[in-house]
Amino acid sequence: MTKKIKNLNLNFGPQHPAAHGVLRLILELDGEVVEKADPHIGLLHRGTEKLIENKTYMQAVPYFDRLDYVAPMNQEHAFALAIEKILNIEVPIRAQFIRVMFCEIGRILSHILNVTTQALDVGALTPSLWGFEERETLMTFYERASGSRLHANYFRAGGVHQDLPAGLENDIGKFCENFPKIINDLENLLTDNRIFKQRNVDIGIVTKEDALDYSFSGVMIRGSGVPWDLRKSQPYDCYEQLEFKVPVGKNGDCYDRYLCRIEEMKESVSIIKQCLAKMEKGPIKTYDGKISPPSKKEIKQSMEALIHHFKLFTEGYRVPKDEIYTAVEAPKGEFGVYLISDGSSKPYKCKIRAPGFSHLQSMDYLIKGHMLADVPAVLGSLDIVFGEVDR
Amino acid sequence: MTKLDDLEKKINSELTTKIKKSEIKHNQIYIEIDKEDLIDVTLFIKTNKDTKFRQLIDITVVDYPEQTQRFKIVYLFLSHEFNQRLILTYFINENELISSLTSIFPAANWMEREVFDMYGVNFKDHPDLRRILTDYGFEGHPLRKDFPLTGHSEVRYSEEQKKVINEPVKLEQNYRNFDYESPWEGTKYIKEQTQANDEKN
Repeated sequence: MTKKIKNLNLNFGPQHPAAHGVLRLILELDGEVVEKADPHIGLLHRGTEKLIENKTYMQAVPYFDRLDYVAPMNQEHAFALAIEKILNIEVPIRAQFIRVMFCEIGRILSHILNVTTQALDVGALTPSLWGFEERETLMTFYERASGSRLHANYFRAGGVHQDLPAGLENDIGKFCENFPKIINDLENLLTDNRIFKQRNVDIGIVTKEDALDYSFSGVMIRGSGVPWDLRKSQPYDCYEQLEFKVPVGKNGDCYDRYLCRIEEMKESVSIIKQCLAKMEKGPIKTYDGKISPPSKKEIKQSMEALIHHFKLFTEGYRVPKDEIYTAVEAPKGEFGVYLISDGSSKPYKCKIRAPGFSHLQSMDYLIKGHMLADVPAVLGSLDIVFGEVDR
Repeated sequence: MTKLDDLEKKINSELTTKIKKSEIKHNQIYIEIDKEDLIDVTLFIKTNKDTKFRQLIDITVVDYPEQTQRFKIVYLFLSHEFNQRLILTYFINENELISSLTSIFPAANWMEREVFDMYGVNFKDHPDLRRILTDYGFEGHPLRKDFPLTGHSEVRYSEEQKKVINEPVKLEQNYRNFDYESPWEGTKYIKEQTQANDEKN
């Protein structure tokens, strides 16, 4: 007698702790082997792109914080760069250093979260406790510069909103001295850990060709051995003046991606140190009164400044008719903004290219033939944040 | 090719009539083609040894409701080898079917699903054309310019029916879109006047 065996359909998420947010993953299982994975996304869809079309350029900035909410300023950077390129304005050098420094802080924020939660997914609790302490320190830096821990709303077209408060540079410097020790501690726990390696080595391998075909970027493509980093290949702001290395993986598995992230954090610390050393006093936003608002003091004294202030916060600045795609190397990969302006003070169209969207798409390809227990490991190493995937 | 002008010339000379318009702006190549030539042009720029646009970065649509050819379809490509970006566009009418790129770039799958979801543009040979970002059972295409910002229906849990229900949107206050547009052009004309005066003197 032959018995018919049917594959089991399993609903993973949307409220599973290892789903990293609101992912509904429908898995088709043959025993414990995954035959097919169908991610259902959009549970966090807020219509960011539609909202941006109805807001002025300045009002649109906070929406970018809410995309990849573990590294908010990196997204703002892409939007600011896009507007700056269309308006053709110069950013003062101090503002460039401040922006790059906070982008690297964002990168560390994101990588700590990813590395430690990946460890959590495969069974190690301690790294996340140690890592989150450091994230909290970094978020106080965000708070001191911008006023809020997460939703910074700090970058502007033409610079940043305000100068750094007294003492912040020193404290960031101190953090850079201490943080490498924490990375070492994390590495002591994980890098040679037998269980961590068993769960990650040779899991979710991506070949070079597939990394290209599936539009991977960031650590996902570097882990597969493609030395591609937008900070090096298409440098923006002051990245050209800074020295850093681009860590590249060999096997393209989860473990290599983990190693890349650890190394990138070390590089980020070195970039922050260089920024602090090279930063000099000076203006932090463009002087063009038609784009950046005047200081409170000026408003009290100058009629023109008062008019500028009023117009900037009602109508906003106008951006000439143009079309542009600008990308930055966000912690998760290539984050891009495709902006169409029509000469008014609101964007006609703003398409956000989120790295996580392409990465999550390949879930089916990555997990096919793996065990059910590998799903969280692969998902963890993709570095998915639903704010940006769902937009 | 590492130089943009050479690359533009190469594409123009190889594809000749298929390219309707090409332009270099912001260090990127903008190319306009016909709808029918999409597959040929994409295959060429992906495989040719001088272009090698191996990565499809994104697909999106721009909605111009006042034009007869309403939608502009936009493809963003990246070449790692030559460190170049290319933006490929073409216009279609509202109900036209377009070809899918999924056979050339697997990454196009979700991008096209998003385009379908957000703009209602249909693809001829897409393997799995479902909505992706909006809710199960959603109606309409949110990123079209004629779709209201506040949407048509809202979701809530009904205590009486003990389930989640859809209702038409009810707002205490309608969305207000203030018209601040004014002929405020800035001081450019003063600059131009002083420049003209300087030249005269």
